Amino acid sequence: MSERPARVGLFVTCLVDLFRPTVGFAAVKLLEEAGCTVEVPRAQTCCGQPAYNSGDRADAKAIAARVIAAFEPYDYVVAPSGSCAGMIREHYPTLLADDPAMQKRAQTLAARTYELVSFLTDVRGMSGVTARFDGTITYHDSCSGLRELGVKQQPRKLLATVAGLRLAELPGAEICCGFGGTFCIKYPAISDKIVSEKTADIAATGATTLLAGDLGCLLNMAGKLKREGRPIAVRHVAEVLAGMTDIAPIGESKAE
Amino acid sequence: MQHASSRRFKENARRALDDAQLQRALGHVKKNFVERRAAAAARLPEFEALRDRARDIKNHVLENLDVYLERFEAKVVANGGQVHWCADAEAARQTILRICRSVNAKLVTRGKTMIGEEIALNDFLEANAITPIETDLGEYIIQLRHEPPSHLIAPAIHVNKEQVAETFRAAHTDLDPKRPLTEPPALLAEARAKLRSRFLAADVGITGANFLVAETGSSIIVTNEGNGDLTQTLPKIHIVLASLEKVVPTLEDAATILRVLARSATGQEMSVYTTVSTGPRRADDLDGPEQYHVVLLDNGRSRMLGSEFREALRCIRCGACLNHCPIYHAVGGHAYGWVYSGPIGAVLTPSLIGVEEAGHLPNASTFCGRCESVCPMRIPLPKMMRHWREREFERHLSPPAARWALRLWAFAAKRPALYRLGASIAARLLKLRGGQSGRIASLPLAGGWTAHRDMPAPEGRSFQQLWAERSRP
Amino acid sequence: MSDTRGQILGAIRKSLRREAPSPQMQAEIQARLADPPRGPVPARGQLEPRARLELFVAMAKEAACTIVRVADVATVPSAVADYLARENLPAKLRVAPDPAVADLPWSTRPLLEVSTGRSDGSDEVSLTPALAGIAETGTLMLTSGPERPTTLNFLPETHIVMLTAEQVVGGMEEAWDRLRERYGRGVMPRTVNLVTGPSRSADIEQTLQMGAHGPRRLHIILVDGEATAEP
Repeated sequence: MSERPARVGLFVTCLVDLFRPTVGFAAVKLLEEAGCTVEVPRAQTCCGQPAYNSGDRADAKAIAARVIAAFEPYDYVVAPSGSCAGMIREHYPTLLADDPAMQKRAQTLAARTYELVSFLTDVRGMSGVTARFDGTITYHDSCSGLRELGVKQQPRKLLATVAGLRLAELPGAEICCGFGGTFCIKYPAISDKIVSEKTADIAATGATTLLAGDLGCLLNMAGKLKREGRPIAVRHVAEVLAGMTDIAPIGESKAE
Repeated sequence: MQHASSRRFKENARRALDDAQLQRALGHVKKNFVERRAAAAARLPEFEALRDRARDIKNHVLENLDVYLERFEAKVVANGGQVHWCADAEAARQTILRICRSVNAKLVTRGKTMIGEEIALNDFLEANAITPIETDLGEYIIQLRHEPPSHLIAPAIHVNKEQVAETFRAAHTDLDPKRPLTEPPALLAEARAKLRSRFLAADVGITGANFLVAETGSSIIVTNEGNGDLTQTLPKIHIVLASLEKVVPTLEDAATILRVLARSATGQEMSVYTTVSTGPRRADDLDGPEQYHVVLLDNGRSRMLGSEFREALRCIRCGACLNHCPIYHAVGGHAYGWVYSGPIGAVLTPSLIGVEEAGHLPNASTFCGRCESVCPMRIPLPKMMRHWREREFERHLSPPAARWALRLWAFAAKRPALYRLGASIAARLLKLRGGQSGRIASLPLAGGWTAHRDMPAPEGRSFQQLWAERSRP
Repeated sequence: MSDTRGQILGAIRKSLRREAPSPQMQAEIQARLADPPRGPVPARGQLEPRARLELFVAMAKEAACTIVRVADVATVPSAVADYLARENLPAKLRVAPDPAVADLPWSTRPLLEVSTGRSDGSDEVSLTPALAGIAETGTLMLTSGPERPTTLNFLPETHIVMLTAEQVVGGMEEAWDRLRERYGRGVMPRTVNLVTGPSRSADIEQTLQMGAHGPRRLHIILVDGEATAEP
């Protein structure tokens, strides 16, 4: 594991900030274990995906400029989300292509921006965690992380070192869960069909917990699992890796 | 132009979701085509390099499209064929009609081509007292059923064998009504016999072209059945109906792209029949057509070439994007409402029939990116769907409620203090609404979500709030 | 029609943001057409002759061809007669007028009814020569001509092709070279058929069936100078 000090700016993501701060704290814990100092720029709000994917380039650019300004002082930008990290890494440079100066700054930032788990393994050389988690889990590969950033083996590598944990691979792990940002609101019936197939696949693994690296996907799948009455707990992978699973799973409360 | 129902995508999709028979067929697409393509790609170590080369060949062609089309035309003419340049669907239809009338054609056999659908050729020929017969088995079935194709390469995928039998009984009225027609071999035998007599009787055969080869002035078609070959060999006239971007420079270039075509489409190493046709029969040939016509159709391609959608012109119509798309898996091809479905349909359709008509299609995507990851020509389909969303946004074509929600969100996202305040309030309110269960079953303004799934309740404080507290000494 | 031609070419140039192509561009394109560069040729298509032959046989079988190997062309009529008997087909076939097959010693199997010419749809079995076999995919290259009517490749239910070991090449690019050697650069026959197995369709409920419109059976007689009894 790399012992070089690294100043990480944590990109919390709007969904983690609003719905599940524990994921943010788990990220901090893991990053500190990996020898990083973590700061959370206060000026962050959103990566701009909602605007970008709705065709609102102007707002997307404005938001991107703010993100760049807030995070460029850091050695690395790390987000517990493949889609937000992907937005910064893969899309900011193209988004700002008509402003060469901005684009240069975007490219510089992009090169230092990572999804959390792949940052820990690929950049910090983390080969294992000390956490414990008893039970069989299954893992959904979120699309942006998988296809834009190549996040596939890294979470599995670290999960394999979690004491007591058994991984049952999810058939169709690489198939979309049907969230797609505004898609699930604009085309609810189609989104429902897609997520229903996903929850059926999840249930068929026999796992008692579902993990993934993107909270959007997790909220979607957890919401469906709960509506279907399936007794499968849903968490962000960071919670398990950081050993922070005291909190109730997504969509459940301590009372259950 | 072929009539479109893309405007009614949501209603079409609803019907498709409720169609149990269609859903069963789509289950097969999701499994079989995906597995076979993966196996074929895994078996060929050079597959990725071939995809890169295929993309580069097509980019080179598009950059020099005028030159290659001129070269192609010169070679066709030198070999005794004719080239007809058609600006739009109507011009193509009229040209084909004129050629048919020149030999008093009554019966026309058709090899599979999406361009035929694009220009609504069959209805037009029938209106002009010429009978067109689709000869690709799947196209024949849907022609009898008066349905449009539901998949790029397997047009009758939504029809089960009982429905095929029912269709044949209704159409083949000269056969014994008591004949057994329950099993696929009987259905195939019947179709083969029926179509054989049509092949032999046809005055004109119309095929598409997978490639137009500039080096030799040839057209190339790819089939598994051999119907395209019988269509183009037996009648007096062979008409090739193809759009501008089908041209490739050389036979070697065709060889490269052929290596990724069948593998991406069906997982086959090579389709059964890849046929290169050049001009009419030669002086002493014993068979073959007397005339060879190439109808070159623009219909929006030259305009696309100069737009941000140029890369979609690399498409070789393999269907891999459809086969891997979660939205296509859910609703099938008819829901898209026009000729082209799936991700390529979402990009091409607004270009060809207008974004006012087809606006839903590029929006009905999660941008999962699987299409781009399997496209043999490396077309960045999600990026182009996003471009369409940008065009719609500029033209205020999205629903007002969506625009307002987005405006509000963007307003807050540019004002961190306001945003933090809003987030902490929302976290608290939603947590309260979640109550004991930790989830919300119904939420105003989020009916699209809560109609089908619960909304997990937040922890109750935002991360920024908690972080600020933690950092305070 | 030249109006439309001009309009379309003009629209293309407008989209490409340039005028008519420069002489230099034209020359480059001409050079590319005259001496076509190859893309990546799979390793599988670059084997030594012996391995290439074996690969051809394996791939052709994978594509649902049947294939038998004979020592020399003189035994081809026997191989044909034996095949027809085995498959319970009538001892009757339509042969391409090409001397390579028409001039075989048919008298060695006098009970075989052999005629030459195109097919009108009434023939059950045909026999044609090939120009090449492509080992990479088990594909046959058949070219049309006064002595090789295309209808023989498609109308009969059973199509037999005679192929010699010398004709087997590694990949499609080499097959194009063979074609150019045979006809001359820039000269094509009316039809080149690249055939990989018998006709098939899965359009009825995704059930794969042979004999959709073209032949139900494709049988290859491979003359390779060594007899291997492989039914």
